[in-house]
Amino acid sequence: MPEPTVDAPTDTTLDNQPSVSAASARTGVAARSPFQLVWSRLRHDPTAMVSAVVIVLVIVAAISAPLISGLVGHGPDEQFRKEGLTPSGLPTGPNDQFLLGADNLGRDLFVRLIYGAQLSLIVAFVATVGALGIGTLVGMTAGFMRGKVDTVLTWFMDTTLSLPQLLFAISLVSLVGPSFGTTVVVIILFSWAPIARVVRGQTLSIREKEFVEAARSLGASNWRIMRVDVLPNLVVPILVYGTLLIPQAIVFEATLSFLGLGVLPPTATWGNMLAAASTGSMYTIAWWMLVFPSAALLCVTLAFNLLGDSVRDALDPRQTLFAKKRRVTKLKKKEIAE
Amino acid sequence: MIRFLSRRILSGILTLIAISGVMFLLFYVAPNDPAATIAGPQATNDQIDQVRARLGLDMPVIERYWLFITGLFQGDLGYSFFNKEPVLDSLVRRLPATASLAVGGLVVALGLGVTIGVGAARKPGSWRDKLGTAFVLTGLSVPTFVAGLILLYVFFYLLTVMGLTFFPAAGYVPFTENPLEWARHLLLPWITVGFVAAATYARLVRSQLVSVMGEDYIRTARSKGIREDRVVYRHGMRNVLTPVVTQISLDFAILMGGLVVTERIFGINGIGRLAIDSVNRGDQPVIIGAMLLASLFVVIASILVDLAYALLDSRVRVK
Repeated sequence: MPEPTVDAPTDTTLDNQPSVSAASARTGVAARSPFQLVWSRLRHDPTAMVSAVVIVLVIVAAISAPLISGLVGHGPDEQFRKEGLTPSGLPTGPNDQFLLGADNLGRDLFVRLIYGAQLSLIVAFVATVGALGIGTLVGMTAGFMRGKVDTVLTWFMDTTLSLPQLLFAISLVSLVGPSFGTTVVVIILFSWAPIARVVRGQTLSIREKEFVEAARSLGASNWRIMRVDVLPNLVVPILVYGTLLIPQAIVFEATLSFLGLGVLPPTATWGNMLAAASTGSMYTIAWWMLVFPSAALLCVTLAFNLLGDSVRDALDPRQTLFAKKRRVTKLKKKEIAE
Repeated sequence: MIRFLSRRILSGILTLIAISGVMFLLFYVAPNDPAATIAGPQATNDQIDQVRARLGLDMPVIERYWLFITGLFQGDLGYSFFNKEPVLDSLVRRLPATASLAVGGLVVALGLGVTIGVGAARKPGSWRDKLGTAFVLTGLSVPTFVAGLILLYVFFYLLTVMGLTFFPAAGYVPFTENPLEWARHLLLPWITVGFVAAATYARLVRSQLVSVMGEDYIRTARSKGIREDRVVYRHGMRNVLTPVVTQISLDFAILMGGLVVTERIFGINGIGRLAIDSVNRGDQPVIIGAMLLASLFVVIASILVDLAYALLDSRVRVK
């Protein structure tokens, strides 16, 4: 995630305008300008910038989790039954030793919250990348090949979408047992279908374009056309869906963990922490066990959703047009040279 | 119409059979052995084998599946591994609670979603629109279980502390026993399910209505001197209903997930709760039964939605 304040160019709209910043860019002048455009639009969108800053802060906190834990002097799973619990065994509230209070086992809520962020983000990123990969591959194949392949793949998409997700997910977990890996696989299994559907729709229209015909007449193979001509034109929807998929994955993981079927305790996850708060109505005596993990979860998902919306606004169809033009000339030159 | 319906019902049945087949296969290849789980950790191999024979797990998987399918058509879903109760009975017993929660939640979701969506769409860019957008983004971001826990904390705990005890913390009272108590117990769960789902409808109604209100026929209606409310609700909303109905069928599977979580938080002994308990116990017949029932609902919902199209849109009817 780039810093929001670095060089503020005055150019905003036209693509031939940013010659100054393009010249300052070290590599790939032509390849970068659509993204520079989007970037300059995003930079002028306060919502996007605030969300980006929140996300960057959370990522930084998650990366430096061991550091913070060392500074505070509390491990994420370490129980401080003397300091963290009152003599009657109840957790203590926020104080100078436990910044956000302690939980029912006398663990530091603040440290656990940051370790929870780390886990949430790792699960979400891995699952999103996996779902995007599978979704793009399936959707592109279905849209490009059409016919029987399309029918079969579309049936898979529709069936996946019509399954009662959470129920199916918990049944799957019951088969292999809850763990980090199971959680990621289950999230991927239920996230690829919407992407595949969108990608398929886009591919259906892209494959009829003249530049695909041109590529084919030049003797390009199906695989090459999909990779070189179709895929770059799918970057926009994939990027938007990717940003919107991350919060969904975070929520999915938290929900599974909350139900005791995700990443298992004592590992600190936001879902586990909220499950602890809800067990035996702990939150009635320790509000901090409910409020802080909820707030963290809401902030992060909200930030990703807002950023996703802004990215969608910033990525105008004009960029797709621009990318197409560039691709055609590139392919022609290459193919002719061969 | 009848041909269409029978084709849809047939494909629905095939989907259900396919799902049960996949579940059977998955349970078959799964590494954990239900017989060992049920026999307990101290059981000897002989005892585990006995349990396996008693549960019929020593039969080949194809044979078990065949028995299951033939049983299915006779309304027999098998018996729970755990308490030997017929699966169908325990599902039917818990159905009223889950159905109450689902229907009420859907009503809240649609009511809230349409109201907010229409309010926002009537004046795009106004403070109402911005408030609506804020609602949509919060609703889309907040997980169901967080919404439920916060509602429980605020409306049950904080109100009780302040001396206002209205909302119960948990439980379910059947409608037939006491309709008022039924509603009182379900109010917070309904809001939990509805609030999260409402965001999707609010966003959909807003975007659809904004574009519909720019159509020529709306201008015509206005120029005829029809009151604005009537233009919005009779003329505008009419064309928004079809995508909303589509969304309901798409959302139905997701709504089910919301029910599972909500039942757990509010201590409602419904099908979602049963499913989670069965997963923890390794009670395969009940898991398959719950899955099939949920899938059945999704299939029925999608058939009903197709029928609703014909009611809402005369163009569909002609075809």
